[in-house]
Amino acid sequence: MSKEEKKVNRRDFLFTASYTVGAVGVGAVIWPMIDQMNPDKAQQALATTEVDISNIEPGKSVTVLWRGKPVFLKRRTPEEIAEARAVKMDDLPDPQKDEERVKEGKDEWLVMLGVCTHLGCVPLKDKGDFNGWFCPCHGSHYDVSGRIRKGPAPTNMEIPKFEFVDSNTIKIG
Amino acid sequence: MSEHEYTPKSKAGKWFNDRLPLLTLGAHLTDYPTPKNLNYWWTFGGILTFCLITQIVTGIVLAMHYVAHADLAFASVEHIMRDVNYGWLIRYIHSNGASMFFLAVYIHIFRSLFYGSYKSPREVIWIIGLMIYLLMMAAAFMGYVLPWGQMSFWGATVITNLFSAIPLVGDSITTWLWGAYSVDNPTLNRFFSLHYLIPFLILGLVVLHIWALHVPGNNNPVGIDIKKPSKDTVPFHPYITIKDAFALLVFMIIFAGFVFFTPNVLGHSDNYIPANPLVTPAHIVPEWYLLPFYAILRSVPDKLGGVILMFSAIFILFVLPWLDTSKVRSAVFRPIYRQFFWILVIDVLMLGYVGAMPAEGIYLVLARVGTIYYFLHFIVVMPVVGYLEKTDPIPMSISEPVLTGGAEPSIARKVNDKV
Repeated sequence: MSKEEKKVNRRDFLFTASYTVGAVGVGAVIWPMIDQMNPDKAQQALATTEVDISNIEPGKSVTVLWRGKPVFLKRRTPEEIAEARAVKMDDLPDPQKDEERVKEGKDEWLVMLGVCTHLGCVPLKDKGDFNGWFCPCHGSHYDVSGRIRKGPAPTNMEIPKFEFVDSNTIKIG
Repeated sequence: MSEHEYTPKSKAGKWFNDRLPLLTLGAHLTDYPTPKNLNYWWTFGGILTFCLITQIVTGIVLAMHYVAHADLAFASVEHIMRDVNYGWLIRYIHSNGASMFFLAVYIHIFRSLFYGSYKSPREVIWIIGLMIYLLMMAAAFMGYVLPWGQMSFWGATVITNLFSAIPLVGDSITTWLWGAYSVDNPTLNRFFSLHYLIPFLILGLVVLHIWALHVPGNNNPVGIDIKKPSKDTVPFHPYITIKDAFALLVFMIIFAGFVFFTPNVLGHSDNYIPANPLVTPAHIVPEWYLLPFYAILRSVPDKLGGVILMFSAIFILFVLPWLDTSKVRSAVFRPIYRQFFWILVIDVLMLGYVGAMPAEGIYLVLARVGTIYYFLHFIVVMPVVGYLEKTDPIPMSISEPVLTGGAEPSIARKVNDKV
């Protein structure tokens, strides 16, 4: 055998086939064990939240819980909108126009996840160097449009999927 | 072990030992030849075993009263504190026990660093030890989440969000870890499950750690290979057991001091506020034993960079045996390295201090300097000093430290002091 030239024989085929079937079998068992840790049906069922916005005065904001995370709904004043739109794109670590962060025609409503994009703390409103939000955990400053300006956070605060059900109600998710 | 043949005296003992040689193992552990010059820095192995067993026993008891549910966890911990008989004592032993465990493990690790215990042929002992250390950090972190107070919740949020820094798959991994779209009840549930599992994994690794230790035998303050058994060694029992027992007693006095007089000094008062996903506490600080790594994380103004550097700070220790180029084990005979060793100790303590302070101004500068030195120590100082340093003469044996001549009297005295 050792002197013969090595060639693929029946045994090699059986080894390869056994290993392959075995690997598929092990994978088929491991995957459910991994996937069970992903959000379950009950968690997914909490995927939308409706908010009544009729009581929010200009310049004020409310915080609601959506999927266990805080969502900031801020009704901005014309001055705040003007301030957000006057910022030069070069000054933004994660350049994004204010117009892209709100619904057209509903420019006063800023709806965003109140979660710092660094490590997930809730930023404090009306604090920081840019008249917006400030994260107390590791010092990220956000502007009046929720865009990152200074600090370790890599991106702007996220805008969730939302829509105006009617003029007084916002549905998040 | 082949050094001695053990035969049980009783007939029943012999019958059993022929079928499962547990008595032979017991005899090996009793007679195990140990360097006679081990100082008190070597007693922390025994102390750590005590800590592990304490955590397992108190933890099992606490699990009989604790409820791992987001709505009930906080109240159940208060129930343990107020209603359960001696519940306050058992919980305070468990929570302070974690701190004492880390105190002991840090002394144990720095002992290895000073006396070169990680060097050949003990690399595997060192690596298993680091794996234990990593599991300890995971267990401690998850344990801190279980009371579901403000620090629990936000500590869990910050630490799990570290994984969101991973490009492309980061967010999916974080969601997978949470089992929800934020830290929530599923997170608490799985953390409890894993918190219960990890100590037993540690126990298994401890067995391997000791097994790997018993192959080459103990390092010692002089750091030379010794013949065993010889006049350089003493049997583990009673010589080392009694010394370990005395050190353990002193350790337990300190432990009891924390438990009975300042049980909350190492914790954070915010954790007595129930978890609130809408409000982040003003100052989030991890437990003291994680602060140096937290300082490294915050010293980098970039999310991914900070996370990478923090994990590197731990994983660099795994390759330490190959970064240290010196042929001499013990820092007792390494006049230059010895000084760098103490700089590292001060550096890590300083990082721990700035980790507890706000990440701004002078603290940020100190954190950056400390982080740079931490890495320089392992990547540059250790290989370079190992090559260039002129080491002091090494004794031939523990019993005859200056037999070869040429050693200065001061060295001989230094060695004798350790004996």
